[in-house]
Amino acid sequence: MINLSHFSAAVVFALFASVVFGITQRNSTMEQVRYGLYCFALFVGGVFLAGWVMALIRR
Amino acid sequence: MAKPTTDKTMGNTTDKSKNAVAVAELEYPLTTMAVVAPLVGWLIPGGGHILLKRYGRGILLLVSVVAMFLIGLGMQGRIYKPNGGDILDILGFVGDVGSGALYFLARIMDWGDVMAANAAADYGKTFLIVAGLLNFIAAADAHHIALGKKP
Repeated sequence: MINLSHFSAAVVFALFASVVFGITQRNSTMEQVRYGLYCFALFVGGVFLAGWVMALIRR
Repeated sequence: MAKPTTDKTMGNTTDKSKNAVAVAELEYPLTTMAVVAPLVGWLIPGGGHILLKRYGRGILLLVSVVAMFLIGLGMQGRIYKPNGGDILDILGFVGDVGSGALYFLARIMDWGDVMAANAAADYGKTFLIVAGLLNFIAAADAHHIALGKKP
């Protein structure tokens, strides 16, 4: 059984979803790479932001 | 009382949109490949792109969708069966079936037929559904490539 933490599961999810978004939503290879990286940054940035919001609420 | 000018404007808008649809149909005629590629892409993730000779994109899509599906199964995620119950269960089934052959293989082999109540299993269920939804997007992309809308 694979036992990923919440954070590592979110990063793996972000990686694969970003690859598919990059390939399907843009035309040229360079645009696809840039959009994939942009999506990955937004996913992971969102995880950190949500983490900090939850930590601040918990205090 | 309605003003005649408003009706005329609406009529013009409808005519324009009908013309736009007609022009689009002429510009991108529906071919056999535009039907076959998304179907192959749905059954075999990335298969539509490989069929259209976009090998790099096809392999990346294959790896991404299959990896998400396998990780979902590895985390003891649940595979939804066809059902007519709760709306979320129906949507879960729609998401799962997006993985195509992987879904049918999992059903035949009785994979994902678990009711584990832990956080990892919940993430696994999400991975399985999202793998299918991403594969639907990839199949739609193969359709656009086959039509010539996308290089």
